[in-house]
Parts: sequence; C-alpha cells; structure tokens
Amino acid sequence: MIGKETTAGRTTKFAFLGLWLLFTAFPLFWIAITSVKAPGDVFAYPIAYWPETFSLENYRGLFDKADFGVYLANSLVVSTVAAATATVISMLSGYVLARFEFRSKSAVLMAALVTQMIPAFIALGPLYLLMTDLSLVDNRLGLALVYIAMCIPFCTVMLRGFFANVPEALEEAAMIDGLTRLGALFRVLLPVMRPGIVAAFIFNFVNCWNELFLSVTLMNSDRNKTVPTALNGFISSFNIDWGSMSAAAVLTILPTMVLFAFASRHIVAGLTAGAVKG
Amino acid sequence: MHATAPTEPVAGRTGRAGATPARPGGPPPGRRREFTARRGLVITAFLAPAAVFVAIFTYYPVVAGSQMAFRNWKLTDLTDTSWVGLGNFRDVFADPAWGTVLANTVVWVVGSIVPQLVIGFALALWLRRRFRLRGLYQALVFFPWAVSGFLIGILFRWLFNSEFGAVNDLLQKAGLIDAPIPWLASPGTAMVAVVIANVWYGVTFFAIMILAALQSIPDELYEAAALDGAGKVRTLFQIVIPYIRTTLVLTVLLRVIWTFNFPDLIFGMTGGGPDDQTHIVTTWMIEITQQGDYGRASAIGLLVVGGLALFAVFFLMATRDRREVRP
Repeated sequence: MIGKETTAGRTTKFAFLGLWLLFTAFPLFWIAITSVKAPGDVFAYPIAYWPETFSLENYRGLFDKADFGVYLANSLVVSTVAAATATVISMLSGYVLARFEFRSKSAVLMAALVTQMIPAFIALGPLYLLMTDLSLVDNRLGLALVYIAMCIPFCTVMLRGFFANVPEALEEAAMIDGLTRLGALFRVLLPVMRPGIVAAFIFNFVNCWNELFLSVTLMNSDRNKTVPTALNGFISSFNIDWGSMSAAAVLTILPTMVLFAFASRHIVAGLTAGAVKG
Repeated sequence: MHATAPTEPVAGRTGRAGATPARPGGPPPGRRREFTARRGLVITAFLAPAAVFVAIFTYYPVVAGSQMAFRNWKLTDLTDTSWVGLGNFRDVFADPAWGTVLANTVVWVVGSIVPQLVIGFALALWLRRRFRLRGLYQALVFFPWAVSGFLIGILFRWLFNSEFGAVNDLLQKAGLIDAPIPWLASPGTAMVAVVIANVWYGVTFFAIMILAALQSIPDELYEAAALDGAGKVRTLFQIVIPYIRTTLVLTVLLRVIWTFNFPDLIFGMTGGGPDDQTHIVTTWMIEITQQGDYGRASAIGLLVVGGLALFAVFFLMATRDRREVRP
C-alpha cells in the first residue's frame, strides 16, 4: 500500500485483489458460457458452469435468423466516424482552452459541464423533430452527427488536460520555424500526445458503440439499427431467449474489450501524461 | 456553447492561470495574455467547430425540450400544445410515484457511489506499486468500464434470474439460502440487485482516476513522510488524500451526476419494476416519454437539471480547498 509492505499486508492485498478479480470476471464468464451452450441446455437443471457439449448454435442463429451482422456493421461505421471526428474537433477546442486565457473561458467550460448534467431524454423529442426537418432520421450519418456532439464536451475537457501538460515551448519552437499554429498542433503536439489522443478516441468510440437511447429514437428501420437498439428489441419480447441474448451480448462486448486490452495502458498513461514530471 | 472571442485582455487576474497546478518550466504567466487580434481569431476559429456541433445537436434540442415542460405536449394529441404554466410540474409532484422515485434515486446514487469510491480507492492504492502481472490484472479488472450500462443490466438480469440464474444457484450451493430468491421480482431485493450491478460497473472509473492521481505523487513525498515517522494511516490521510483531493472531489462530483443520469443499467435490468421499486428519476422520465407525455417528461428533466446544478454548487462549496497543498 504505502511505505514498506509487511507479509500480512501483502496477503491482504492479494486476497483482496484476487476476490475482486473473481467478482469482476464472473458475470462475463457466465454470459460467455451461456452463449456456447446448446440452446436446449440454457434452461436446464442442474445449472452447468462448464457445459458438457459446446455449441455455436446461438451465434449461428443471430446471423441466420436475425441480421446481427448488419447491426454490427452499422455500429462500427457510426462509432468510428463519430469518435474520430469528435476527437479532432476536441483537439482544437481543448488546445485553445489549455493555452489561452480569455474572458468567456469559464463560460465555455461551464457550457461543457452543463451538457453532462442534462438527462438526454429531455432533448429526444425536439431532436427527433430537428432530424426530421434535416431529413436525417433513420440515417447513419445523422446518428453520427448527434454522437459527435455527444462526445465533444467531455473529450474537450480530457484533451485540455493533456495539452496543459505539454510544454508550450514545443509548439513555440515549431512556430518560430515557420509552422502555423494548426501545423504545430498537428505535426508537433499530436505525435507527443499520441497516448492521450488514442485514449480520447477510444473513450469516444466506446461511448458511441454503447449508446442506446438516441439510436432507439432516431433509427427505426431494421437495416439501420445499431447493436444496442437490436438488443433492446430482444429484451422487449416477452420470453427472452437467453441463449441468443448471451451470444449477442458477447459479440457486443468483444470489440470494446479488444480495444480496451490494447489501450488500457495508454488510457492510464494518457490520464497521467506529464503529471509526474511537471 | 459560448465561443465569443474576447475583446480585451483579462487584466489583473494573476495566479489563476487555468487553475492548473504550477508548471515549473512553463512560460511566465502574463505573457500568454498579450492581446492581438490574431489571437482572438485563433480562439474563435478553434472553438467554432465544437461550438457549432454542441449548439445544434445538444443545446437547441435541450432548449426546445425545456419549453415543452410548460406546455401541454402529448404525442397522443398534438392539436393542442398550449401553455399550461407550471401544470406539468404540479402533475409530477402530485403523482403517487414521485416520492418512491425520489427515495429510490437517493438509494441508487449513495448506494452506488460510496462502495465505488471505497473499493476504487483501495484498488488504486494496491495497484500503485508494481508487481508481477500487474498490467494484465489492470486490464482484466478495468474491463467493466468498456461494457455499456444497458448490457450490464442485461448481464445481471440473467445472473439474478430466479430460476436459471447463477446467483441463486451459487447461494444455494453455499448453503446461504434455502429457496431461490426472486431477486428482480420482489420489491425489497430488486434495488439491492441493481445497486450491486452498478457497483460492479463503476468501481473501475474511480480506480482509473485515483490510480492516475496517485501516480502523480512524487516518491520523495512518501520518503519524506517515512523519514518523519508517519505511519501508513497518517501518510494516507495527511499526504495522499490532500495531494489528490482535486481529483477526488471532481471524480465524485462527475460520478454523482452521471449516476443520477444513468438510466441505462436499470432500463436493461428491471425496466423500473417491480411496481416502480427500481424506478429512479431518469428511468421514470423515460417511461413517461414512451407514454408520449413529452411535457411532463420535460418537467422532470428540468427538475433533474436544477437539482444537479444545486448539488454541484453545494458540493464544490463544501469541499473547497481551504489549505494550499503545493506539489
């Protein structure tokens, strides 16, 4: 913990860490195991934690009986486009908020914070009407635009923190060498801040990938549904088919897990960037 | 979002530069504030894209939605959307469910945040020091953060399933209960179950933020504390917590706001049932929206925004830094 570790301290520590790992892993393990049971074995006594026969029938059903591949593709396209655009836009705003002092700065930061306090549902009705006027209802581009706006405030604040930790001398030197401010930002600061920017992108991506209520409101045709919207359809039915539900859950969680596995180090590093050595 | 360029430099406000901690090696404050027309242009141009997006897709719908709170705005009958003043608010307060929903919200927020903070803090403290496979461990226990609240609701709905769920089965095997508990179907236990699911989910965020802050504490500080003979507990309360208090305060504030505005998990797990027993303000708002009463739902939304704004002000005042802690 802090200071020198005693043997008792170490034992407590690893016991706690082990228990927490079990607690964290179990729900994911359970859903994964359910998904590979034969459909008939999902509702069977005694409950098996390691099935005698493994089956991919639940997964096959998702693609044969439902258009799960289409939902996955929709989610992937919308989330990637939205997360990337939001990250670039937030780099600009985060940079300005980190580097300049100006009168309306606290108002700008307040405006960003307020968006985090508003329950999204208050905006859903008018947003639907607005998107209807723009002919962007049931349109993947339209959903991406809304997601960009959703990601920007927090991403701006996050990137502002990263910029604040990069010495200003870096871009000043680049600007003396003849780069414009924008050029200095993208050619000099971006490479230095890569872990932070990757973390910001992944944060945005995961948020878009997981978003439910906006997509339920805006996407109504089956071929435009995102994954969470499709899952919502699954649980709305009276008898939930937990076999295919589990398979769908695994396919939804997997991409974010993979991204996270690659980036968790960057995310922590991104949050700490520069804070250690001033 | 405000993106107006400044017309004159902010004079006479020294020492508050960005409220970030002193950055040794940075340029002297003041130099940055020199005003040029070009500088104003840069600020405006760089903020403009963010401002445009947030203004059109967040602020406009929110403002348009807010005025619905004072109108009769029902999807079932759009011929009459006249002003009704505070009528929608009166309906909300008069609803028999309102008291239950408010009490549930408090249980939900406090019951989730306190264990999340305590466990997240403990995890962060224990993960601070390098050990073998720490990287792997971190990656594994940080996973819940990547899963959507809605999916977590679904996951735990299956875990707490009274007939085929793992929770009842394991509790029975351990001899802790005799008969299966209908967790999500009985009023007393449903809230416990959704809070457990939320703790599972939210610890990660606290752990990430606190671990990041802990890693910014220079080792010399621990060494100095040890030299001065400070024990673990004293080091924790007099060095560690004061040093990372800004992170702690802001993380708690953000999490309270997010947890309040986080209907996803409950929506996926119980849908607010049984008998409104797991409805929090925001899930209730969703249900009313789905019934088509946008006016009343907007009124609830405004109450949430107002309540959270008040809370943020009081919380920040109560936790204001009275003592300067210099790195």
